[in-house]
Amino acid sequence: MRYTSLCAAGFAAMFVAGTASAGTLDDVKARGELICGVTTGLAGFAAPDDKGEWAGFDVDVCRAVATGVFGDPKKVKFVPTTGKSRFPALQSGEVDMLARNTTWTFDRDVKLGFEFTGINFYDGQGFMVRKDLGVKSAYELDGASVCVTTGSTTELNLGDFFRANNMSYTPVVYEKADEIRTAYDANRCDVYTTDRSGLAAQRSELSNPDDHVVLPEVISKEPLGPLVQHGDHQWGDVVRWSLNVMIIAEELGVTSQNVDDMRASSKNPEIRRLLGVEGEYGPRLGLANDWAYNIIKTVGNYAESYERNVGPNTPIGLERGVNALWTDGGILYAPPFR
Amino acid sequence: MATMDTSQSGRETPAVHVPAPDLPPPATEVGIIGWARANLFSNWWNSLLTLVGIYLFYLILPPILDWAIFSADFVGESRDDCTSGGACWVFISIRFDQFIYGFYPEAERWRPTLAVGLGLLCLVYCLTDGVPFRKYVAMFLCLPFPIIAFFLLSGGFGLPHVETPKWGGFLLTIVIASVGIASSLPIGIALALGRRSQMPVIRMICIGFIEFVRAVPLITVLFMSLVILPLFLPPGSNFDQLLRALIGVSLFSAAYMAEVVRGGLQAMPKGQYEAAQALGMNYWTMMRLIILPQALKIVIPAIVSSFIGLFKDTTLVLIIGLVDLLAMIQLAVTDSKWIGLATEGYAFCAILFFIFCFGMSQYSMYLERKLHTGHKR
Repeated sequence: MRYTSLCAAGFAAMFVAGTASAGTLDDVKARGELICGVTTGLAGFAAPDDKGEWAGFDVDVCRAVATGVFGDPKKVKFVPTTGKSRFPALQSGEVDMLARNTTWTFDRDVKLGFEFTGINFYDGQGFMVRKDLGVKSAYELDGASVCVTTGSTTELNLGDFFRANNMSYTPVVYEKADEIRTAYDANRCDVYTTDRSGLAAQRSELSNPDDHVVLPEVISKEPLGPLVQHGDHQWGDVVRWSLNVMIIAEELGVTSQNVDDMRASSKNPEIRRLLGVEGEYGPRLGLANDWAYNIIKTVGNYAESYERNVGPNTPIGLERGVNALWTDGGILYAPPFR
Repeated sequence: MATMDTSQSGRETPAVHVPAPDLPPPATEVGIIGWARANLFSNWWNSLLTLVGIYLFYLILPPILDWAIFSADFVGESRDDCTSGGACWVFISIRFDQFIYGFYPEAERWRPTLAVGLGLLCLVYCLTDGVPFRKYVAMFLCLPFPIIAFFLLSGGFGLPHVETPKWGGFLLTIVIASVGIASSLPIGIALALGRRSQMPVIRMICIGFIEFVRAVPLITVLFMSLVILPLFLPPGSNFDQLLRALIGVSLFSAAYMAEVVRGGLQAMPKGQYEAAQALGMNYWTMMRLIILPQALKIVIPAIVSSFIGLFKDTTLVLIIGLVDLLAMIQLAVTDSKWIGLATEGYAFCAILFFIFCFGMSQYSMYLERKLHTGHKR
């Protein structure tokens, strides 16, 4: 009897953290920092810089949420998760949210019990070729030799695409991304195909990155976005709208540079609502009324984050492509802020 | 000239032959030439192999040296300073602190330095012969030191708290390896004794544990600690990730250690047991004074091998999201500022691991020579 109670006390002492949770938002507020699961390093999306500060496109989503909750982008603890450890980490509540290049699929949404709260990057399989081939579109690739990873969905998508368009190709199959890059660099194939974000990262490692170009066509759907545990709708809304705020801000032309002017003088009712000049939108989420202002001020809008981390002027060099706003010919679209 | 002085005795003694001083051996038999003749060019086949070997060295070594030293860049601030075309060691020097300490806050980095330094100092002191108070230093290392090190690393007593996810880099490698090594030996000995015990329940438990753990890969144990363990815990509870890894690694290496020690126990002649019992020793005295000292001495090479294996296996914690040295390097090469410098990172990692593992193996060789008292053949 005595031993039992001792054991119970020991266990209770071990697991005090987060047992009596009212909701993730309250837990996060009480803890004083957000715990965000990111990848174990993906160029442009999440990686620590020389000072050990995490930076990247996915990291910015975490920072946006932290800024929305605390007004301070530094109040995040980043937990690197692998492809295997990411879901258990979220399920067990070790992380409050994941922002780590996770494709939104039916299975993950429904069976694993997660809630995807938006899409911050529309990825998909693409093609890279040498510039001197003069190829401008994937539809001109008839008869090309294509480097591809073996046994992947990439390989299947490739076959489907060429067959659907009545084109022929020679597959050159490898096991690992590094091998493919080396082979492609050594001119053993004309085309390199994998996810476009991966293509861009691999391109920057080629001997002459500027001699290569990623073609605009995308032949598969890989919508990547942040996700939270299923069932905590308030927290899901906070994450969803933190991302949406960045997209809406780009749409409305609000940047980290002009957000102060906008707040002071803008007549646009949606901007006024967004920046907390009109209405009480923040408190309905359980946040301060200037939460969106803080996000835009510190993290920036979607375009700023994109340009800073993965855009054409970074070593990753990804064009906006489908990730452009719907008004610019892309598919990036956020519900209206009202 | 004493030998020539024969007149006083009046007796003729035979002249003693004084040999002329030895001629030096021919120059072709000693020194470098002699050694080379004996070892490298003793016959045409060996000569051919030597020449091929030298040619291969000539092919391989200059490019490596050129890459690593002669046309490498050592000083600078960013990748733009790496212009010579060789290795970009700037990357390592800029990131060095991060590789060593991970995400440990910069202002607090003296703490792990102190803890590891103190530990190493005590360890070296204990391992040196003929210094006073060795016993007390060893006792300090066994009992108070782990507690001190724990508080130094994680905080308390006025030191700010540093959570374990912030521990990383080589510090984490050292923490996991030293905890694993320090705990696996005693647990392993206990398991080995248990397995050879006469008491069936204890024996069955020990056999079951050892065989089960040895039958699964370490990576599975780590995964289980990551995926299965949370299922048994109340939802939302947070069991420290590092602690899980430490427990996993310790139990895993303890099972291997148990089998190594059992090998030593079985190598002991039965006479040793009988002699000890004949002296009236009970089980524990016999084990402590007679059997274990001899048994452990026999298995020193195997013990150190498994320590070295454990040290290198620590890199597997990367899988469960702990950022050890290797993981830290892999993270760093995905920073878009430094992308494509994986070779430098991995080379650095290899050198660091080599230094530690080679050091361990050298100490074990020394220990073997020192303890080589009996059984000399």
